This record gives sequence, structure tokens and C-alpha cells, in this order.
Amino acid sequence: MSHPMHKDYTGAKLGMWLFLFTELLLFSGLFLLYAVYLRRYPHEFTTAGKQLNWVLGSANTVILLTSSLFAAMAVTAAQRSEARRAVGLIGGTILCATGFMIIKYFEWSAKIGHGIYPGSEHLKAGAPGESVFFGLYYMTTGIHGLHVLIGGGLLAWIAAKVKGGSVNAEHFVLLENGALYWHLVDLIWIFIFPLYYLIL
Amino acid sequence: MREQHHIISYRTLTLVWIALLVLTVVTVLVTRFDLGGYRVLVALAVASLKAGLVIAVFMHMKHEGRLLRALLFVALVAIAVNIGFTFFDVLYR
Repeated sequence: MSHPMHKDYTGAKLGMWLFLFTELLLFSGLFLLYAVYLRRYPHEFTTAGKQLNWVLGSANTVILLTSSLFAAMAVTAAQRSEARRAVGLIGGTILCATGFMIIKYFEWSAKIGHGIYPGSEHLKAGAPGESVFFGLYYMTTGIHGLHVLIGGGLLAWIAAKVKGGSVNAEHFVLLENGALYWHLVDLIWIFIFPLYYLIL
Repeated sequence: MREQHHIISYRTLTLVWIALLVLTVVTVLVTRFDLGGYRVLVALAVASLKAGLVIAVFMHMKHEGRLLRALLFVALVAIAVNIGFTFFDVLYR
């Protein structure tokens, strides 16, 4: 390279964490709505929540935890100059992301097939608390799913850079920040899972 | 300026992953039994423990400097205040 590249590892990571804090605030708003409406409609929330498939929810939890392990291992691999392994591990994360979205697709289409979606006749005819629950369910898991897609795309782009050598043991902050984003996706799901699938 | 980076071993990461899986099994089993109001408390406590593990080890917070730790603390307190005050309003209005 003809000119020295400006590197600011701490600054790059600080910026990523500040962004992650805004993401936490976004999701905490949704959890807040959940809590307030759970208090207002406890019985309707319980009836609605029991319709969610906790086995599929558990499977997706295991998948996301595993994807996070692969992402964290990819950072370690890059730091140790094991580029091939790092690319493979990122591939594992993306594979898990795909599996997560496939399960999510089946969950959503089963619900929509039963006429349960925002504004459906079935929900309009039922108790108001039930439509609030499913509105929040689609909103929260929808925004979370969007984060899974963005995170998967981001990691695929970073994997290409690891393969090309521009992300390496000396210069890995891009991969670390990508992994941080991915862990946030996992972190949010850790709370969505018990709140929507288990406690009701 | 060279910065020191802490490399977390595959072994540590795998152990944390196993702990996360065990905690997931625990939370599923516990919430299948009827514990009444404690179910919410236990489920959220386990979720917070899992989140703590992910942040500390997977997200390297255990090895970060004061600035990031302080910012994380401020962010979590802000969220707690946000949720706490809303509940104060909702419960005692």
C-alpha cells in the first residue's frame, strides 16, 4: 500500500457499541409494550401465547446460540491468522441464520394459515388482547428477523474480505464489529424466547 | 500505537456455549411446571444470566476497558429507568 492506512481500533469498536445501545433501546421499547399490555390483558395474552409452538422456539434458540458460538470463534480464528477456518466458521453462522429463518417462515405461515395476522377477520372477531399480543409478536419477531437477514448479509460480505486477506490478524475490527452485531441478534432472542414462547 | 488484543480460546467459547444450552434447557423445563408468578421471575433471571454470559465472553466485554464498560452500564441503567418509571405509572395510576 502506498499510503499508511488510518486505523483506530478503539474508535471503530466504540462506534459499533454506541450503535448497539440504540438497538437495545429500540427493542426495550417493544418489550416495554409487551409488559404493559401483559398487565392489561393477562388472560388474553396467556390464551394467545399458548398458540405459539415452544418446540420450534427452543430449536431456534439452540440454533442462534450455536451461530453466536461460530461468530465468536471466527474472531478468534482471524486473530490467530487462521483465515480458512474463520471463513468456515462465518459460513456456519450464516447456515444457522438460514435455518433460523426457515423455521421462522414455517411458524409465520402456520399462523397466517390459521387466519392469525394483524388485521385478520379471526383476530378482529376475538378478544382485543389477543390481537394486541399477535400484533406485538409479528412486530417484534419481524424486526428481529430483519436483523437476522441484515446480520447474515453483513457477515457474508465480511467473509469475502477475510478470504481476500483485507481482514486479517492485524486488521480484524470489521469482523469483530460484524460479530458484535450478530451477538446482539442472539441477545435479543434470549429475551424474546421466554417472554413469547415460555411464560404464558 | 499498538493495542493489546485479548484472544479468547475456542475452549472458553465452547464452555460458554454449553452453559448457554444448559440454561436454555433449565428455562424450558422450569416454565413447563406450574410455578405461578415465579415463572416470569425465573425465566427472566435465566435470560439475564444468559445475556450476561454472551456480553461478557462472546462480546469480549470482560476484557474491554473502562469506557465501554461504563457506557454499557449507563445504557442498561437508562433502559431500567425507562421500564421502571413506566411501570410505576402503569401499576399505581
